[in-house]
Amino acid sequence: MLKTFSIGGIHPEENKLSAGNALKQFKLPADIKEVKIPVAQHIGAPAQPVVAVGDDVRVGQVIAQAGGFVSANIHAPFSGKVKKIEATTGDDGKPAMMITIAIEGDEWVETIDRSAGIKREITLSAEEIVKKIGEMGIVGMGGARFPAQVKLAVKPGQAQALIINGVECEPYLTADHRLMLEKSEEVLIGVKILMKAIGVSEAFIGIENNKKDAIDLLSKLAAGYPGIHVQPLKMKYPQGGEKQLIDACIGRQVASGALPISVGAVVQNVGTAFAVYEAVQKNKPLIERVVCVTGKPLQNPTNFWARIGTPVKALIEAAGGIPEDCEKIIGGGPMMGRAFANIDVPIHKGSSGILLMSKEESKRGEIANCIRCAKCVSVCPMGLEPFLLSKVSAKSLWDMAEENHIADCIECGSCSFTCPSNRPLLDYIRLGKGKVMGIMRARAAAAKAAAEAAKPAEEKK
Amino acid sequence: MEAVFITIAVLAVLGCVAAVILYFVSQKFKVYEDPKIGEVEEVLPGANCGGCGFAGCHAMAEALAKADDISALSCPVGGSAVMSQVAAILGKSVAESAPKLAVVRCSGCTVGENANRQKTLSYDGAKSCAIASTHFAGDTACSYGCLGLGDCVKVCQFNAIKVNPETGLAEVDEAKCVACGACAKACPKQIIEIRDKGRVVKDQARRVWVSCVNKDKGAVAMKACKSSCIGCGKCAKVCKFEAITIEGNVAHIDNDKCKACGMCINECPKKAILATFEPPVKPAPKPAETPAPTEQKVAAAEVNKPDQQ
Repeated sequence: MLKTFSIGGIHPEENKLSAGNALKQFKLPADIKEVKIPVAQHIGAPAQPVVAVGDDVRVGQVIAQAGGFVSANIHAPFSGKVKKIEATTGDDGKPAMMITIAIEGDEWVETIDRSAGIKREITLSAEEIVKKIGEMGIVGMGGARFPAQVKLAVKPGQAQALIINGVECEPYLTADHRLMLEKSEEVLIGVKILMKAIGVSEAFIGIENNKKDAIDLLSKLAAGYPGIHVQPLKMKYPQGGEKQLIDACIGRQVASGALPISVGAVVQNVGTAFAVYEAVQKNKPLIERVVCVTGKPLQNPTNFWARIGTPVKALIEAAGGIPEDCEKIIGGGPMMGRAFANIDVPIHKGSSGILLMSKEESKRGEIANCIRCAKCVSVCPMGLEPFLLSKVSAKSLWDMAEENHIADCIECGSCSFTCPSNRPLLDYIRLGKGKVMGIMRARAAAAKAAAEAAKPAEEKK
Repeated sequence: MEAVFITIAVLAVLGCVAAVILYFVSQKFKVYEDPKIGEVEEVLPGANCGGCGFAGCHAMAEALAKADDISALSCPVGGSAVMSQVAAILGKSVAESAPKLAVVRCSGCTVGENANRQKTLSYDGAKSCAIASTHFAGDTACSYGCLGLGDCVKVCQFNAIKVNPETGLAEVDEAKCVACGACAKACPKQIIEIRDKGRVVKDQARRVWVSCVNKDKGAVAMKACKSSCIGCGKCAKVCKFEAITIEGNVAHIDNDKCKACGMCINECPKKAILATFEPPVKPAPKPAETPAPTEQKVAAAEVNKPDQQ
């Protein structure tokens, strides 16, 4: 019997259209003369630009520096001249700060090792690895884009296992699948580097059973890497969620409000493992990633190997162009991705997929009344009551939402997917979660301020 | 028969004992409340809308009775009339406050072929402005305008705001609005402003406002909507009372300084300044210069007529 997580979960139609298509290096068409690089490509504080208009930049040069503890450096993915640093319309239609580079040639920073060979020997120490990962601007590549060095900064002995997410439970997406097949050795070395960084002797690579070729290949190669286990998992969404994956791989449950490290686990994506390999062994910052351009109406679903900043439009064009019956274009997968309000935008560090959907496929059903069938409750992987949370959010009862653990919601959308009445459950829960998290943060800040105000009084005594 | 008397007697004695106990207990644990609070609450409208900033009319009455200076407190529903009554009860003075109402600062109609803002996207998610605005900036090229999903309608307790299906915009009913501010708080786009109702002339309150909050640069705003403020500053130049300021590419008319003369209205090239009265006609240029309606124009007007029908 295959392992999986213990509560909830759904199994949407897989639709892995591009699973058999090899990674294809994307070459920017000659008519594209400039690219835009967003400064907020990660969770946390936006990076601060360190270049000025008119500066020459080379590929791999830092153009924006981490703007806080939870933040990441941004490097130039193309060489040329900085043309503009200003807010332009982002993918949700709201203004987003971007650095525009007018492309000139393809000059790389010399320190980057561009040779094809695989470098196996890990020479850096654990601290040096974490520092390097921070410098190279590595973020969680699965889509959440959490700066990797923050997660890896664990105290010695705190972590017991590294868990690598090769699940790719989102329908349609095949970016991680192709990466595991074509860059297997590099991924395994990346895992080894991560193990060294957090000081653990065991790592589990969780892969869902619909990627048998990847499981076979990695299992065979992992024999040469002691401590790395490939863990085949039953197909179930949202297995790629951090807490779900820990449960599935090592059978430990993370408490409400706690972090994975509380059960001794650190989770990273296979894409992140590959980026770590390139950063540590080849000195190459995160300037490229796999983007899966897919969808039923699309002519040629393809897995592109594209540089950050590549226009979304150009990628769709290369995969056959926007078909006539396309109604919705989503950044990410169909379950957790967000529809583009504007496709005149670049890809960023978390762009795992670009999904085109036809009208029929993307249409939401007519909303009916809740019939109290409790399907949403049974599929919620966090053990929450989505119908209740959605209702209290709609009525702005934030206290009640907090009491019912709305902050634990991972926004996987299983509840909305399964609802026979087509209720927009997640829409309301997400709104409520945002409000409640804001209230919780304000309260924590107030408590901190009060504690600080009380301190001098005690000292005076 | 005897049993009946005994029962009555026992109950009577019990009743008396309980009455005595209750009397002393109530004396001992009496909670003193200023009788004026009750009086003030009587005068307040009892809408419990929260527009004053307190949980309800009782909480407001308590605050009024407690405060030494009540000039900062005001009941938006009752207005000056109620506040002066309250001041009389409490023996405190209250500043005269002008009646206010909510104003929706967007006139970017999104419905029909001649819409000011053409829809560029279609949204079929939850019917809530707050949710829609977390997903994207809006379904038209303007990322500041009214989403028309009616969060303001849901929070209004006075049935004073509606989304007009003919324009797709929220509209305030002047007669019903009490300026409690609930809609302004609920609007995620922050396009609803609480403004003075204005000086009443011939049964009509005169007020002028800029009906746009688009902060984009002129060219972008111009493309996005036919009735957007482009921050050109013509209105500010023509205003004799320095009531108009341009900040972040959008004009704003200061409530206190505006005399509702209406000079700015016709000056606006985008017709983004609205008013409740007919704007004054500019002093007509010399008759010789006034171009007489040419035949072409007349013909065009006549051709257009059947279309409109």
